[in-house]
Amino acid sequence: MPDSPAMTHGTQELANSADPGNAANSAHPEHPPYLLHHFESAGQQADAAGFAMWLFLLTEVMFFSGLFTAYLIYRNWYYRAFVAGSHQLSVVWGTTNTAVLILSSFTMAMAVWCSKTGRRRELTLCLTLTFLLGLGFLGIKGIEYHEKFEKHHVPGRHYSLQSFLYPDSDAAARAAGDRPLPLDDARHTEVYFSLYFLMTGMHAAHMVIGLCILGFMILRARAGAYTAGHATFVENFGLYWHFIDIVWIYLFALLYLISRH
Amino acid sequence: MSANTIISLPDQGTAGVPKKNYLTQENGLLSWLLTRDHKRIAILYLLTTGFFFVIGGMAAAIIRLELLTPTGDLVASDTYNKLFSIHGIIMVFFFLVPIAPAVLGNFLIPMMIGAKDVALPRINLLSWYLFTIGGCVELYMMIVGGVDTGWTFTTPLSTHYVNTNVIAAAMGIFIAGFSSILTGLNFIVTIHKMRAPGMTWFRLPLFIWSYYGTSIIFVLATPVIAITMVLIMLERVTGIGVFDPAKGGDPLLFQHLFWFYSHPAVYVMILPGMGIISEVISNFSRKRVFGYTAVAFSSVAIAVFSFFVWAHHMFIMGISTYSALVFSLFSMLVAIPSAIKVFNWSATLYKGSITFDTPMLYAFGFIGLFTIGGCTGVMLATLGVDIHVTETYFIVAHFHYVMVGGMVSAFMAGLHFWWPKMTGRMYPESLGRLAAVILFIGFNLTFFPQFILGYLGMPRRYHFYPPEFQVLNVFSTAGASILAIGYLLPVLYLIWSLKYGAIAGNNPWQATGLEWQTQSPPLTENFTVMPVMDHEAYDYEWLERQTLASQNLENQSQANQSQVRPKETEVPRAG
Amino acid sequence: MNEQNEGAPHIIGPRVYVVILFALLAGTALTVAASFVDLGAWHLTPTLTISWNPVVALAIATSKAVLVVLYFMHVRYSSKLTWLAIVAGIFMFLTLILMTLSDYVSRAWGNW
Repeated sequence: MPDSPAMTHGTQELANSADPGNAANSAHPEHPPYLLHHFESAGQQADAAGFAMWLFLLTEVMFFSGLFTAYLIYRNWYYRAFVAGSHQLSVVWGTTNTAVLILSSFTMAMAVWCSKTGRRRELTLCLTLTFLLGLGFLGIKGIEYHEKFEKHHVPGRHYSLQSFLYPDSDAAARAAGDRPLPLDDARHTEVYFSLYFLMTGMHAAHMVIGLCILGFMILRARAGAYTAGHATFVENFGLYWHFIDIVWIYLFALLYLISRH
Repeated sequence: MSANTIISLPDQGTAGVPKKNYLTQENGLLSWLLTRDHKRIAILYLLTTGFFFVIGGMAAAIIRLELLTPTGDLVASDTYNKLFSIHGIIMVFFFLVPIAPAVLGNFLIPMMIGAKDVALPRINLLSWYLFTIGGCVELYMMIVGGVDTGWTFTTPLSTHYVNTNVIAAAMGIFIAGFSSILTGLNFIVTIHKMRAPGMTWFRLPLFIWSYYGTSIIFVLATPVIAITMVLIMLERVTGIGVFDPAKGGDPLLFQHLFWFYSHPAVYVMILPGMGIISEVISNFSRKRVFGYTAVAFSSVAIAVFSFFVWAHHMFIMGISTYSALVFSLFSMLVAIPSAIKVFNWSATLYKGSITFDTPMLYAFGFIGLFTIGGCTGVMLATLGVDIHVTETYFIVAHFHYVMVGGMVSAFMAGLHFWWPKMTGRMYPESLGRLAAVILFIGFNLTFFPQFILGYLGMPRRYHFYPPEFQVLNVFSTAGASILAIGYLLPVLYLIWSLKYGAIAGNNPWQATGLEWQTQSPPLTENFTVMPVMDHEAYDYEWLERQTLASQNLENQSQANQSQVRPKETEVPRAG
Repeated sequence: MNEQNEGAPHIIGPRVYVVILFALLAGTALTVAASFVDLGAWHLTPTLTISWNPVVALAIATSKAVLVVLYFMHVRYSSKLTWLAIVAGIFMFLTLILMTLSDYVSRAWGNW
């Protein structure tokens, strides 16, 4: 059924006054190629994607919060076991890894800037650096995991209490000046290492996913994507990468630095 | 039906369903499996959740048959355990949680706010695939032998003592959880960023407000169940010691994390229903919902409060008495926004011109059943009563009143209400009313005896019971068979109506929502021009003025038809 | 009401990023150094003692996180909606932890 002409006119007027993006859009009918059909303007699209990314990070916070809750409770229950467990971690590797990840966050932030300012070669460079630093982080993590594996500190059937019952037999425990733990406390180190592997493992899983996306982005960036005014994808990936960085900042403080004095 | 549009439509004639619509846009299986159209995804969800409902329903049927007699003569104990576990897992995670958000929400949210699609259509399709994959994992779990922990996966039972397929069950829930997260995320972004010009927050239909609350819960609570399921799986596979008391872990921590999700999830199962009921009650009493703002904010309040009450599932599990007091208090507070809704719906009816169409009958059923479910909920939030009746059939009856009596009634109300919009055809009204009444009677006959059974002390999850409980159990089983007819009948006549139903027209209910101001079934892009909201929600006077205006215009156009027709094509298409 | 198009997006330049990078690295060094020093404890009640080391470690970690969020993630120049999302995240995070702890802290009360 046809509308009254007056009604249609009013419709247009209201549309223009209520939504400047829409008005600008109807004034310039040609859309940028990346604008999806159901959005009215590129601004709306970028806003929606950015907000969606933040909501996704919100879910990530909640995903990790279960682990942090568990950590907090068991740390208070089994403080001595947690201290002894943390002495088995290498502060040197941990600090190096923190620095590596912060550096990769920096290169990622630079990549976003390059993307926004249309620097194509620099964008590829920054993304590649981020990728390499991320790989480096996982490599160091792998070295640390390997060490735990060799000392039977992976929870499960082959978990060994050697380092905690007889700290003199263990270089790391000796260096930290650990005294032998009673059997009860020593057994609770398994809870510490469960949480250690869970938290760093979840974090590493996020890193792996991030690296896969990053590799894809590098290929696209070399082909010239992301620098023609549409930086949303790089920007949102940057948010994800920085979020991983933040998680690690807390994991480092909580797992490595419980009590070193 | 006359078309009352604020936008112009392509010429449709009057004889049939419009030729060009979202269903006929493309053909073939691939066009469905790769679609990004929110309406088609909603239909996909309707089919998949319907499939899972059948599976969960069959498990329930066998459970009720078994409980007909006090001895376990139909199935063995472990089979019975698997049956109620499958019933719970399927019904909670694969039917009740997705049914209203993913079906009606996907279909209606973009249309109600005047958008062409949800903000992230590809993510929307992805979430359907995740849901389906999660469901397939559960099907695999059932085929290879099922799981017998109950849907609550209580540790250390689930991590150490059972030999059934806990890992597959947890994996299915984990995957389907991401589907919920992405759906909720999509809805929030859509509601924030995709509203049509003039569609301010307080002009949104209350449906949108309640779905907004639901989405908040999806986004904030579901990740916690995801990590909890991961912990369960890892504990079984690798023997880490987070919940294992033998290693120093605390099984109660699992309960905390599980119910941090699963209690808000209960509100996921009722909030969308409240949104549907608000629309239906308003439309069939031809009145604006009484206290719009209060109802809108009560939706958000329920969503927020739902995060502070989870430990009321744990009163008998040895949590701190002091903490239990706090959780008990918060649980009772949830009754306030819920009661605001019930009172406001009742007040909406006052002096309204009420018609008793099928959706309205379901809505009345909802209000009654939800009130009973809600009030028993307050009883259960009371520490003393809870300790007496927890883990009895009282609990079973309580949450079935809320979830089945509440949510399924509301979903049926919504399905009937929007069926003409989804398919372009009306369902048979008299059969619809009959089905609504059958559902109400069958439901009450099934679950009211269970309140009494529980209060008398019959524990849940056993298939043997003392003979003195048999009479009530027979009532319950008899009710279940009536209830089954109440479900089957709509399935049959809704399918029948796809081909033989009367042509619905754009706005068969004379409703005010934007979704009714376009053709049914809608076009793929929903609206031919960007709609503009220039009136409040539920403004029936606006609708009358529109009707009058279009009737005048119709008279004019009949007088000089050649002049008006071309004007129709002049209206610019947006986008 | 639509939170769209808040003018030209503010672009943070490399100079700020470098400053933040060094601040973060300095924070890391500081937190490692602080962990090797016994900062003592605060004996609140006979049963409740707050030791300062974890407090300091968490404070430094939080300030590092705030720097990342504000500058690397551009939240300083983001819309109110983004702030709302972050506040909601922190709020629910604290809810889960604190409400769960309310059980653990008081579970043994009265049982001594």
